Amino acid sequence: MSVTQAIPHDAATGHVTGRARYVDDIPVPAGTLHLAFGLSDIAAGRVISMELSAVRDAPGVVAVLTADDLPFANDASPSVHDEPLLSDGNIHYLGQPLFLVVADSHLNARKAARLGRIETEDQDAILTIEDAMAADSRFEEGPRVWEKGDTAEAIAAAPHRLSGQIEMGGQEHFYLEGQAALALPGEAGDMLVHSSTQHPTEIQHKVAEALGVPMHAVRVEVRRMGGGFGGKESQGSALAIACAVAARATGRPCKMRYDRDDDMVITGKRHDFRIAYKVGYNDEGRILGVDFVQYTRCGWAQDLSLPVADRAMLHADNAYHLPAARIESHRLKTNTQSATAFRGFGGPQGMLGIERVMDAIAHDLGRDPLAVRRANYYAAAQAVATGPGTGQRYGGTHSPKPAASTVQTTSYGMEVTDFILHEITGALSQSAGYDLRRAAIADWNAANPLLKKGIALTPVKFGISFTLTHLNQAGALVHVYQDGSVHLNHGGTEMGQGLFRKVSQVAADRFGLPVESIRITATDTDKVPNTSATAASSGSDLNGMAVMAACDTIRDRMADALATLYQADAAAVRFADGMVQIGAETVPFARAAKLCYENRVSLSATGFYKTPDLSWDRIKGHGRPFFYFAYGAACSEVVVDTLTGEYRILRTDILHDAGRSLNPAIDMGQIEGGFVQGAGWLTTEELVWDESGRLRTHAPSTYKIPACSDRPDVFNVALWDGENRAETIYRSKAVGEPPFMLGMSVFFALSDAIASCGRGYPALDAPATPERVLMAIRQVQNGV
Amino acid sequence: MTTVSMTVNGKPVSAEAEGRTLLVEFLRDGLHLTGTHVGCDTSQCGACVVHVNGEAVKACTMFAQEAEGAEVTTIEGMANADGSLNVIQQAFQDHHGLQCGFCTPGMVMSAAALLKENPKPSEAEIRDYLEGNICRCTGYHNIVKAILAASGQDVGAIAAE
Ligand code: FES
Ligand code: FES
Repeated sequence: MSVTQAIPHDAATGHVTGRARYVDDIPVPAGTLHLAFGLSDIAAGRVISMELSAVRDAPGVVAVLTADDLPFANDASPSVHDEPLLSDGNIHYLGQPLFLVVADSHLNARKAARLGRIETEDQDAILTIEDAMAADSRFEEGPRVWEKGDTAEAIAAAPHRLSGQIEMGGQEHFYLEGQAALALPGEAGDMLVHSSTQHPTEIQHKVAEALGVPMHAVRVEVRRMGGGFGGKESQGSALAIACAVAARATGRPCKMRYDRDDDMVITGKRHDFRIAYKVGYNDEGRILGVDFVQYTRCGWAQDLSLPVADRAMLHADNAYHLPAARIESHRLKTNTQSATAFRGFGGPQGMLGIERVMDAIAHDLGRDPLAVRRANYYAAAQAVATGPGTGQRYGGTHSPKPAASTVQTTSYGMEVTDFILHEITGALSQSAGYDLRRAAIADWNAANPLLKKGIALTPVKFGISFTLTHLNQAGALVHVYQDGSVHLNHGGTEMGQGLFRKVSQVAADRFGLPVESIRITATDTDKVPNTSATAASSGSDLNGMAVMAACDTIRDRMADALATLYQADAAAVRFADGMVQIGAETVPFARAAKLCYENRVSLSATGFYKTPDLSWDRIKGHGRPFFYFAYGAACSEVVVDTLTGEYRILRTDILHDAGRSLNPAIDMGQIEGGFVQGAGWLTTEELVWDESGRLRTHAPSTYKIPACSDRPDVFNVALWDGENRAETIYRSKAVGEPPFMLGMSVFFALSDAIASCGRGYPALDAPATPERVLMAIRQVQNGV
Repeated sequence: MTTVSMTVNGKPVSAEAEGRTLLVEFLRDGLHLTGTHVGCDTSQCGACVVHVNGEAVKACTMFAQEAEGAEVTTIEGMANADGSLNVIQQAFQDHHGLQCGFCTPGMVMSAAALLKENPKPSEAEIRDYLEGNICRCTGYHNIVKAILAASGQDVGAIAAE
């Protein structure tokens, strides 16, 4: 059984020896050219003139292209064609590409790109939420509003009410490998593009548009990325298009990689949000009605902002049953980088809103925040028989429905039938010793005037599926060669998350082979077309299923042929341990493959999968956008220095649900890394723009991602032992994004520590940098 | 342009380099040793760590000419003589000390330098030493574990699982 085993990443040997290749490592033909963008120096305005002779005359420069030199589409947008690759005369943010330099080396291209003399006419930049609201600068015609019940009435009738708001910053992806692309012109107008992208099909589509050719003339290959986290879902298009256009113009291969500063200045980041809330609740802290207004700065182009903002609305409940809820979402257009996908895709922001509400209610009532959280949890899932092939699943058309009265729905009308957070929370609070430690911390704080500790246990419920329903599909291509070796290809991309390993485990299991027999190959639009981005945590769910379908097609053909050959029953042919058992006969898999080949059996198949049971109306905000939910909880303890605002994470305990894990080692890695990244978002990672719209934190010197010593002193991570109730690949669950939100436990532990400093409520904003923590301490001490 | 000569992974090499050519460019573009990665270009991420005369150096922070005559070791030179993984490489593989792998060569090189200086580092010493190596994927847990294992110490001591 290769599935469920903790085997190392498929490219581990390549990585530890330096042989694993990224785009920038691919050997290039002689004469390859290098690209750099000339960038705008103002945030909003118009180009009056571009004097580029100094750029053209700079050493090594071969060509300089502006928008006028682009023969076909001048667009890098993944959505509504509002993102010119090179400025069309309008300037939308500081750092926007204005012209493209093609030179003989990376350095020459970059140096020349600084020599443009751009005359511009400044306009007032819209930078903040206030600016955008005042100017009504937004995407879509007005705010999106979803409502369940009569929220205003529920709040008005509630025994307790409070209101407030929380600001949360964006986040730079800081994938360690910057954006990169390489385009190699072929014969008859063909173009081969190597791109560090989560979305090869999108790159193919955008390059084809830019070259004025059908998609079949463009091939995109992605072996791996050095991290993606959503930052390579759409942001790689500009480089790939630039390379392809320049390669077409010059007839030579063209390569582009952003230097880290350029990368941070040009590309989009996580959306920052402000969430204002009004809530009504009872004596126990149970919410009776809640009203959220979410404001987000989407930046200059639409990109993926609508689905991101939708997902923030979809996670405004996190794990809590809201009898009445109203969510209003403003998607604001600002003169900043175009905010984009980032692990969680708006979900973390929406969740942080309701978690703040929980924390504030608990403070108001003087109750333990965990008790308030638990009081608001959805009803527990009822036991249901599951297992491969039982065909039973909650929520699906053929599943036994629990009694209607017990099923609670989300604020968007989806039944929550798989809720396991009562059990997870119970187990985690026990293993972490939550109650005892909470009491001990109270004593410790009473005895320590300067250092204060805090603890928080926060849950995560995250919806799995693309909310744009048609994206929930995947394809695979599998070949068995006559020597019994297997070639595996699918539409998912590898960015470190271990997708290739997991999917190869599926293939190995279907054929009863060791994983070494499965050759994992680069994602390639020539092999599997029309793929979705590897995103929404869906990589293994979708591609694993598609691969299983392809393998099973071949396996069934082999079984039929072998059964005929050995006069056995096809249904009784077994593939296990590298052997094929056909009735009384057992032959090695390689021999079986050879026999099938000699008997003219096709040993190649495609596989296809689409997620069942989805229906979603994003305008109404109603339906079943998710196949299932993934769950987890984290308990963190911090200590804060009340004189400086500095703090440390002392201990974190995590219990996370990966269903029946395909590879526990890989899933644990996702959980650990996701938690640290999530904690980074809410603590040290601060993006700062100045009043001219210039991003001031554009390098690791000023933008602080977690370092090796920042993680908790004690770190206990465990997988929840349980199957996915939904019929996913081997009953596993998606694990890419959900653990990110476990980082919220650190934020609320900080809030708890600060709350011990006085009587006021620490309405802490994120990221909780030491400065913000210190300000919150002062406020609390002053009793506000 | 001048010719720069050094010993890289035990082999004498010479290539043309400008005065401003960085060691990392010399290795990657000149010698096609692309295992040394560029993550930040500004001496902060540690993806480009190599050994120069036995010392860990960020190759984006040193000119190729400064390494004239030096003994340079890159990740490509870390395996055992028979081509098998050395103990640090093996530990990173076995303890899942990598995800996207982009930081891995620098991590392995830093770990090797640490273990030379301090063959049995404590967890705190490992974390402290790796301050200049950024990993965005793993949360560092398994990296620390791998280094503890490579130094022959009990990884059970560091919690989790
Ligand atoms: S590239 Fe040298 S330290 Fe980052
Ligand atoms: S494994 Fe991706 S940066 Fe470390």
